[in-house]
Amino acid sequence: MSDHPAYFRVLLLFARNSLVRDMTFRANFIIDTISSLAWMGINLAFYVLIFQYTPMLGAGTGWGKYEFFLFLSTTLLINSLVQTLFMANADEFSELIRTGALDFALLKPIDTQFLVSLQRIDWSSLGNLGFGLVLIVYAYSQLGYAPSPVAISLYLGYVLCGVAILYSLMITLAASSVWLGRNQTLYDFWFYITNFSRYPREIYRGKYGDPLRWFFTFLVPVLVVVNVPARFLVRSLRPQTLEDWFLPAFTLFAAVASLAVSRWIFNRALASYRSASS
Amino acid sequence: MSRASRKLSAEVADSPESGESSKSLWGGHLEGGWSWQAFRSRAAIWWTILRISIEERLVYRGDFALGTLMRFLPIVTQIFLWGAVFSAIEATAGSSQVAGYSYRDFIAYYLLTMLSRAFSSMPGLASGIARSIRDGTVKKYLIQPVDMLGFLLLYRVAHKLVYYLVAAGPFALVFYLCRGFFPGWPDPLTLAAFVASLGMAFLLGFFLEATLGMIGFWFLEVSSLLFVYMLFSYFFSGHMFPIDMLPGILGTIVHALPLQYLAYFPSAVFLGKVTGPALAWGLATQLGWVVFFIVASRRTFHLGVRRYSGFGG
Repeated sequence: MSDHPAYFRVLLLFARNSLVRDMTFRANFIIDTISSLAWMGINLAFYVLIFQYTPMLGAGTGWGKYEFFLFLSTTLLINSLVQTLFMANADEFSELIRTGALDFALLKPIDTQFLVSLQRIDWSSLGNLGFGLVLIVYAYSQLGYAPSPVAISLYLGYVLCGVAILYSLMITLAASSVWLGRNQTLYDFWFYITNFSRYPREIYRGKYGDPLRWFFTFLVPVLVVVNVPARFLVRSLRPQTLEDWFLPAFTLFAAVASLAVSRWIFNRALASYRSASS
Repeated sequence: MSRASRKLSAEVADSPESGESSKSLWGGHLEGGWSWQAFRSRAAIWWTILRISIEERLVYRGDFALGTLMRFLPIVTQIFLWGAVFSAIEATAGSSQVAGYSYRDFIAYYLLTMLSRAFSSMPGLASGIARSIRDGTVKKYLIQPVDMLGFLLLYRVAHKLVYYLVAAGPFALVFYLCRGFFPGWPDPLTLAAFVASLGMAFLLGFFLEATLGMIGFWFLEVSSLLFVYMLFSYFFSGHMFPIDMLPGILGTIVHALPLQYLAYFPSAVFLGKVTGPALAWGLATQLGWVVFFIVASRRTFHLGVRRYSGFGG
């Protein structure tokens, strides 16, 4: 037997345990799923209403109704993956720090960030993933073409990059509760920041829009999270020139860099952790 | 009133007033003990409740002021989203109106709904009532000479007062920065109607949510029901968009619901979208809904307490 913990098997065990737990409270699970689907339905209704009045989101941007539905599905896919895998855990992490129960996680012979980030998988959030996939199929049926296999594989790769960026942001904010104590507001902050990722980056233009777009692309890279993968799905928006490829290349860098930075902050936070027990 | 709570109230009969009439802090039975003395002691209770609630609220002021500023961040996205929508409309159709709203109107509308929501939103009220029914803490209102709705209303008034105190800075700052989106100050009459509709939005929000919370007397778990209400409210109160955008029969139905008075109506009044007889009719209808929900919350509480049974100490 090696000293190295079998991370993949542990992950499967986490997934299985969480599923067993979710299935124990089945009615609750169904209500949670329906609630988040209903929330998405309301959002979709809002966009349908907007496209009653406008043919496109921004003149000349190429984000028509069904192109934007592809964008929206990408938001759904990425957010539902982040919520399924990490949301409950990040929430719990602040609580572990506050109560001092993080001691038990530190004692386990496995990487603490891995354990803290993944031990509780929230299966009910996967409903939105299904919703997103259905919306993609519907949008393509209306657009009248299908994505190429290359586009699909690039898309999937960049969805994972997006998940990595959002995860890094989330775990960084959660870890900061070591220094700040109660940080309910930081969670709100997380929602408000990711709020910027929900629309095509082309809408941020003008005197204030340009600096904002720059800030949320290069410093806090939430604007590339959905934008880059979504563009691969839309035929007319696929990168063609070298310049078009700069952002996808940057996104790869941003994903790796934000994981590294969040890892560093996480470890700094652990070093500053003072248990809460007597 | 249930058997258990009747028994409990008998045990505390040495309170200033006893029996049923002890629950008259806010509603009902004033006629029995009406005197200047009684009024002064009541006012003293109200004042104490208000003061305690204010002090409690100020404990987390730092967290709170930061949270208030954060709440304006989504407005930034809305400004750019609608900017993009209007740029496309102007490029294709040449017109620059959506359902009678210009781009500036839209941004002003969103800012004004933030203000209306600051009056009408009641975070945790319905769920708090339902929880106190479930875990039995509702007993304290049944045995102490304090009326639950009156207490909660004062508590909420205190929270709101502190909120306005802390939020006045961020609100003034954001409104000043965005002053270009506003058509200017409306005439005094419109302004008075706006203030009246905000005041009634507060009362409507309170009594509507309180009535919803009373459902807890009949169902143990109401959180999913409240979530459905929240969704409806978000969409149909005009928080998400001006409800004038809704087409046909849907628009007519939504205009008949009380939800619009929580966010849409005050904002539309300020922007001069509702004028003349429609304004008078709107204010009267809003008042009607306030009265309806005051009665409904009292009635459901009364019916609920008759069903309620408390156990243990």
